[in-house]
Amino acid sequence: MSQGLRSTVLHLMPICVLLVLCFVLPAYHRDNFARILVLATYAMGYNMLFGYTGLLSLGHALFFGAGMYGMGLAVLHGGLPAAPAFLAGVATAAVVSLVIAALALRTVGVAFMIVTLMFAQAGYLLVLYFGSWTRGDEGFVIARDMRNIGGFDLTDPVTRYLAALALFSVVLLTIARMVHGAFGHVLVGIRENEARARMLGYDVRAHKLAAAVVSGTIAGAAGAAYGLLFGYVGATFISVQYSIYPLLWVILGGAGTTLGPLIGTFFMFYLIDWSSGLTSAYMLVAGMVLVLLVLFARTGILGEIRKRWVPWLP
Amino acid sequence: MIKGTNTARRTLLKGAVAGGLVAASPLVSRFAQAQPSAPLRIGFQQHSTGIGAAYGRWYGRTTEAAAAKINADGGINGRPVEILAEDDGTDPRRGAEVVGKFANRHNCDVAFGTLFSHVVIGSAPAAGELKIPYFVVSEGHHVASGMLNRYTLQPGITDVKSQVQAMAPFISENLGKKVTMIFPDFAFGHDHRDFFTEAIERRKGQVLAHIPIPPTETSFTRYFPKIPRDTEVIYHVMVGPAVLTFVKEMGEFFGPSRPEIFGFIDSLEAVSLDSAGLEFLDGTYFWEGNPRYAQADQTDHDKAFRAAVGVDGTGASVSDPADVSTYAHMFGCWETLHVIKAGMEASGYRGPGDRARLIEAVEAMTTMDEGPAHPQGPKLFNGKTHQVFGRQYISRVEGGRLVRVHATSIEDTFYADEVDYTTWSF
Amino acid sequence: MDFGPHLLLATFEGAVGAAVLALTALGLSLVFGVMRVVNVAHGEFFMLGAVAAWFAASHLGGHPAIGFVAALIVAPIFAALIAILVDSLVLKRVDYDPEATIVATIGILYIIQQATLMTYGPEARPVAPPFSHRIALPWLEFTENGIEFYYPWGLSVTTYKVFVIAAAASILLAFRLFLSRSRMGLVMQATRIDRETAQAFGIPVGRVYSIVFGVGAGLAALAAVLIVPIQQAHYLMGGDPLLLSFIVVIIGGLGSIRGTVMAALLIGMSDGIISVFFSPTLAKIIATVLVAMVLVHRPQGLYGKKPA
Repeated sequence: MSQGLRSTVLHLMPICVLLVLCFVLPAYHRDNFARILVLATYAMGYNMLFGYTGLLSLGHALFFGAGMYGMGLAVLHGGLPAAPAFLAGVATAAVVSLVIAALALRTVGVAFMIVTLMFAQAGYLLVLYFGSWTRGDEGFVIARDMRNIGGFDLTDPVTRYLAALALFSVVLLTIARMVHGAFGHVLVGIRENEARARMLGYDVRAHKLAAAVVSGTIAGAAGAAYGLLFGYVGATFISVQYSIYPLLWVILGGAGTTLGPLIGTFFMFYLIDWSSGLTSAYMLVAGMVLVLLVLFARTGILGEIRKRWVPWLP
Repeated sequence: MIKGTNTARRTLLKGAVAGGLVAASPLVSRFAQAQPSAPLRIGFQQHSTGIGAAYGRWYGRTTEAAAAKINADGGINGRPVEILAEDDGTDPRRGAEVVGKFANRHNCDVAFGTLFSHVVIGSAPAAGELKIPYFVVSEGHHVASGMLNRYTLQPGITDVKSQVQAMAPFISENLGKKVTMIFPDFAFGHDHRDFFTEAIERRKGQVLAHIPIPPTETSFTRYFPKIPRDTEVIYHVMVGPAVLTFVKEMGEFFGPSRPEIFGFIDSLEAVSLDSAGLEFLDGTYFWEGNPRYAQADQTDHDKAFRAAVGVDGTGASVSDPADVSTYAHMFGCWETLHVIKAGMEASGYRGPGDRARLIEAVEAMTTMDEGPAHPQGPKLFNGKTHQVFGRQYISRVEGGRLVRVHATSIEDTFYADEVDYTTWSF
Repeated sequence: MDFGPHLLLATFEGAVGAAVLALTALGLSLVFGVMRVVNVAHGEFFMLGAVAAWFAASHLGGHPAIGFVAALIVAPIFAALIAILVDSLVLKRVDYDPEATIVATIGILYIIQQATLMTYGPEARPVAPPFSHRIALPWLEFTENGIEFYYPWGLSVTTYKVFVIAAAASILLAFRLFLSRSRMGLVMQATRIDRETAQAFGIPVGRVYSIVFGVGAGLAALAAVLIVPIQQAHYLMGGDPLLLSFIVVIIGGLGSIRGTVMAALLIGMSDGIISVFFSPTLAKIIATVLVAMVLVHRPQGLYGKKPA
């Protein structure tokens, strides 16, 4: 089997499983999975920059939020239907990530973390400052009758799940193609040894910029989809916390693996959900699990599986 | 998190005993037999962690006390009430997930109890889609503004638009006409800014300056110089963990010569009035949703309410005088649970299939008399806007206590309807 | 208020913030410089200091000064012990791997926050200052009779806030002496500059790391003890100091104490002074973007060396 074919099969399999799950899972878990799929899309976007290119951003909530508000404000004030509003959100995120990345990529390492963090903070404050349009921290609801695309009612749980799965699949397959192609190999080369990549004649800056824009745009698509599918747009989604989440999800699942972000998001979601049913101190449980994971499975869940048992995992 | 399993079990037993007593009368026993005897499950969306945790704790205590009281009185339709508390981390995304958990996993009959507006707005779409009645205790204007849906109601606490506009007559007549407003620079503060400015201008008053404070700010002195010199009244409202710093620094700023000061008690909710640095507040005024200190003319209902929740005459916990309650807001949980009870009884609610009838029964409510179910005062419910209207109180700080000096009428809180939810589909 | 007094007041308030920020950031800078790890839980050690101060002050009766002095001693030691525990139980075992340390300290952040919530509670609790008097300041005015002094409304400082600035400055100086004169300080410096060589010369790097992590946490706790009579102790109070300290450390340039202090002054003061000219939230946005742009144009920080 050629490598490309195997990669396609390996990625189509989980998509098929997720498709079947939609009709098998009880309502509660089906709805959770729909959320997880969109959040995992966000994490996959983050993984593009962090896992493959080796750039740790603490400001991705800004891109997620740019997508969400680009979509939400287009619906609220522009009266746009869902599909064009979604595209408006994605376009907003693309532009914002291009501008921010062009600035922030002048820095490296921890300075890059801090600069992205500060730009995201400024974006969060902007949403509050323009409260008369954005309703500030409270946010706003996307009216029910606006939430449909081509006659498909996105408030219906099954339709919503399938829409989330569609977004997830498109992004997953795109990323898989990208990272297993020439572009991805250059990115990994930059991650492993930037000087060497430069010496080999690759335009490191252009590649980093491209990775950052792809990453930010995917994050924005996830943000726009989250707002549209679940009907709420709010400033919490641009707060620092939402920049830290994708980092956690990706590291937990396995940075630099295509399916790691999904595994990490799933794991974290159910860790909180399960432990909060167990004890009021669920943050304590979550905190301990994070520490234990770091101690005993450093490369993340999928990374560890790949390292120990299944070296051919994507 | 299913909070306080022990308490739940105890209240269940109590409810069962009380139910047994009631069942002894023949008419009720026939009624009770027609019902499934399983408890009614009320999902309580609680801010146990995150920025709302101080409020969440007291909302929790009030809710448990109200459920215990309802169970002791025979439950609802002869069935005991069970509270299933789940932490939302004061986060709108988790809030929506929690509503889903109530509807699809815990098989709750209704969801209830949210305070913070962003969590309400984030969760309401989920409640509407899952068709689970969602009773919020938030004082936000989101319900009555028409932003939410048929399944979301606020029958236990007056909203911010009512509260704010009802203050304008008292301020303009007693304190002064030139006002400077200090408020948090997010939606809650903007509601204060917009609604009060409009209300005071109708009274021939004037707002000289708006001073919005950025969120998560921890020091405030540098903003006070923006207060114009000819200010007659300061109007302040602040929320979050830094409120005490805010009020203290305001005192330090003015020193011995201050203008009249009127604040929303939110600025000092869950904070003791005898904290160091608050002495300057003597002679200033506060809005209170429900007077924290037992007043000279305290009603029996207020007495019983305090005893049930475990709060003394100064608004602090009976077991720890340093643990000050969120007295101005938490009555809303008590009253909302009693509205749910009244609505379930009026609609003959039996299970999730009757949820729409429950909503219609609550929408049909109008006057709610002051009494054990409504210790804060009488109320008028507007079924079209899903919002209740009630008296507001203004208290003056006198010798370290809040003494009520004015009670508005219910009419003072009215404004034109902005939505008619009864025409919306279920 | 007139422009002059307003600016003076904002500058003074900015200085108080900068003083506390400098101390907090110094702790982070030390950890960062010597151990090369990002400690996301640094703000939680700050919070633990404030909470410990509350416990000390509320369990010792008498004059508030007794509790305050006790807190000055107990809180940093308490935070340092917890930090050393974290270092030996977790950080040593992940070998200070940069990514693993970030995730581990996020986990520790959750653990410390939740443990505080369960023991201390969700309330914001005040600690009485040991002393606090309001001093009204005069301002000049040009009138027909020449220059006149008058006391503008609100132009005042409290003695405690003056003390905070002085105390922070003394601690910073003392710490500088500690680093440059004491044996321990020199060992820390040596480890920071070149870990391998230090190890070759027999410096027990593992123990030095533990002590550095503890001292870093202790400095944050000390800063919190100073600020807690002005603000309140609350279990979520660690977030802002963490973010600001990070910014300060990076802007100042890695491992440069002078840079850290200068950056703390720059950030603390600019936050105060910009607020004179713009509406508060807009001022925060402008300050944030300005500082980010400084970094974009000088990625190595103000006092950092250009990477080779």
